[in-house]
Amino acid sequence: MSKPLKQIHLAAHFPGVNNTTVWSDPEAGSHIEFDSFAHFARTAERAKFDFLFLAEGLRLREQGGKIYDLDVVGRPDTFTVLAALAAVTEHLGLTGTINSTFNEPYEVARQFASLDHLSGGRSAWNVVTSWDAFTGENFRRGGFLPQKERYSRAKEFLATANELFDSWHGDEIVADQATGVFLRDAKAGSFVHAGQHFDIHGQFNVPRSPQGRPVIFQAGDSEEGREFAASSADAIFSRHATLTDGQAFYTDVKNRLAKYGRRNDQLLILPAASFALADTDAEAEELAREVRRQQVSGATALKHLEFVWNRDLSSYDPEGPLPDIDPDVSDNHISKGRAQVRMYRDPLATAREWRELAAANHWSIRDLVIHTGNRQTFVGSPSTIARTINDYVQADASDGFILVPHITPTGLDTFADKVVPLLQEQGVFRTDYEGPTLRHHLGLAHPDEAKASDERAAS
Amino acid sequence: MSSTPASPLRLAVALDGTGWHPASWREQVARPRDLFTAGYWADLIAEAERGLLDFVTLEDGLGLQSSHYGELDGRTDQVRGRLDAVLTAARIAPLTRHIGLVPTVITTHTEPFHISKAIATLDYVSSGRAGLRVQISARPHEADHFGRRTFPPLSLQELQTPAGQQRLTEHFDEAADHVEVVRRLWDSWEDDAEIRDVTTGRFIDRDKLHYIDFEGSHFSVKGPSITPRPPQGQPLVTALAHQTVPYRLVARQADVGYVTPHNTEDAREIVAEIRAEQERAGRADELLHVFGDLVVFLDDDQAAAEDRRARLDALAGEPYSSDARIFAGTPAQLADVLQELGESGLSGFRLRPAVAGHDLPAITRGLVPELQRRGAFRTAYEADTLRGLLGLGRPANRYAATA
Repeated sequence: MSKPLKQIHLAAHFPGVNNTTVWSDPEAGSHIEFDSFAHFARTAERAKFDFLFLAEGLRLREQGGKIYDLDVVGRPDTFTVLAALAAVTEHLGLTGTINSTFNEPYEVARQFASLDHLSGGRSAWNVVTSWDAFTGENFRRGGFLPQKERYSRAKEFLATANELFDSWHGDEIVADQATGVFLRDAKAGSFVHAGQHFDIHGQFNVPRSPQGRPVIFQAGDSEEGREFAASSADAIFSRHATLTDGQAFYTDVKNRLAKYGRRNDQLLILPAASFALADTDAEAEELAREVRRQQVSGATALKHLEFVWNRDLSSYDPEGPLPDIDPDVSDNHISKGRAQVRMYRDPLATAREWRELAAANHWSIRDLVIHTGNRQTFVGSPSTIARTINDYVQADASDGFILVPHITPTGLDTFADKVVPLLQEQGVFRTDYEGPTLRHHLGLAHPDEAKASDERAAS
Repeated sequence: MSSTPASPLRLAVALDGTGWHPASWREQVARPRDLFTAGYWADLIAEAERGLLDFVTLEDGLGLQSSHYGELDGRTDQVRGRLDAVLTAARIAPLTRHIGLVPTVITTHTEPFHISKAIATLDYVSSGRAGLRVQISARPHEADHFGRRTFPPLSLQELQTPAGQQRLTEHFDEAADHVEVVRRLWDSWEDDAEIRDVTTGRFIDRDKLHYIDFEGSHFSVKGPSITPRPPQGQPLVTALAHQTVPYRLVARQADVGYVTPHNTEDAREIVAEIRAEQERAGRADELLHVFGDLVVFLDDDQAAAEDRRARLDALAGEPYSSDARIFAGTPAQLADVLQELGESGLSGFRLRPAVAGHDLPAITRGLVPELQRRGAFRTAYEADTLRGLLGLGRPANRYAATA
């Protein structure tokens, strides 16, 4: 008997501050006005997507000591805009990326618990970590962490937040107007946490929210990040969106679950994916090329090269050949506030490889950056893209995708109108929401049910 | 239709749970089981907007409510637990169009960088109707929720001692720094910083973004904000004040101060003290509203209001007391009181409904029409932003001015 078809999960990443966002397109709207967020969220909900996703950045990026001005700059506060989006949607999950380094568990827990109440059980938290003093300069806690401690703080942060979410069980509020009993238990919300990073105690002041806890996402790709996800997350926001990379990552992470007593379906793998969608495959190829050129202006190409060279390359012509000089491999990096620079672990080797590639293909700096940069994950007609997405999911390269359109706020419209109906026809994507909460959409048990079922299994 | 040329009197309502009386949740109209739903707050704020009120404030706190200032009381017969006020305001913003939304923010344990962008974002999602009410927390049990500082025990009486005053001064100095950072970050982007210059590939003109480089005795913050300057430029900053130390915060940093006079003489003295502090802070030429806070029990006749108050006191097991004057009577009587107090320099009032489900509609359907009849309150919203409703202009950007 053949394997049953997996149901695909789809989410929408708001394209704001991101080097794939094309702000120069005449169709590109505001990245900060609420109407843009509302349009994007309503489109995702119209298409029955699982959730909307917001990234985070707590300091404006700099390069060469100056604020980076070539990409979209500026974003709203995550919690606040998600709470407002809860008013203009009914089912869509609301996922916010929130840092565990520049926040405190009590405050973050009450924000997520509040968001969960205010959205009727649709909140999710992408737990990320930072360690850089650069971002720390914006915070009174200052500080930063030794890189090796960031996951230990993140793990303890999440564990502490879970203790706070679980400090109310859901049956404390009686509110009996006749007898005058509001709370069943004067100790509701009590917690004590004494650990390496947090030593706190008292009573949490937000009662149990509809989902019990927000859905937990993890986004790091390192060994520690993968272990963290396997032990504590409900879903991973990954960047392995090709078939073979995706399958390798999927297998690696799912294989780590057993040692934490978890099943394969308790952790979803959802890579970020971009797309170029047109009526025909040929038109989509043309569009993909055009968008890549829009994404990589001459000025952007030079800045991108600086990530690797770690030098000021502003005197070079982006339409000319690559620099002859080698990258500066000192620790003090020209680019600040950006995760991307860590992708080039051996800049000398990358520079050598790129020079050879450019020479062989007669590429300018800009050509090289366009060609070596990430091409769109999915390029094609609606049927090609629908088929590819389904193939990847059925082949266990992922459990679905977090789509990152390149235009704000209309970049998802065509996908919703053309691709989603094809997935629905194939029976691999919902035609309507089957429950009110994000846990329902993702097929994740409520923490209380999960606990009860573990206890039954153990007895 | 007649229109009031300028609103002589401004009205806000302070929302807290089911109302300010601790037994308010036991009234038929109270909906205590709905307190943790968006619908409950949406209904209350829609009612306030129907009454053309300037804004609502939302109480908040970083611990359970308590009938004792400095510690938890272990009581189970009153409302306990609440939702984050900023998120609640944001959830209601898209459902309303005119009314200002002013959540409480605790300055003692929060990051000014986060608060600044949160209120800026509330301003975006409400199209220019955001403010915040800043509050300190000297409570030891709330400090224990953060574990970064330890505060010694304290009571309301101890706050009056010199040592207590010293502690208060430190908390309010920190609050002043907090607000300073929040305000600088709102200005850290000039209004026209986003240029989208396709020729040069630049999305912003980075010369119009500014480091705030704040260095204070409690913290330092670099900036700029990650959020562009909000629609109002500077959302409304408000604070409740009962004595000199917090009056100084109001004078230095606020657009609206809430005070608690018990008669016109009181009101006159408080306003004079705040104006003197305002001058000392170099803000004499800036519009700073001083609002009187009152707890209100409103009914069609005075006896009914007093009976209701007595009934609630009996349910609570003790007479209700408050920092603010408690009024029980008819809308017309309240209108008299407000107009009389208004002559002592108060430019508006923040009313605290004793029972939200009863006294808020009594304000919007009883008091407001009464004030309108007297030509003392607006008959339609006359501005699109909260600053506009309060007669505050859109301020120039401090960094653009010095450039």
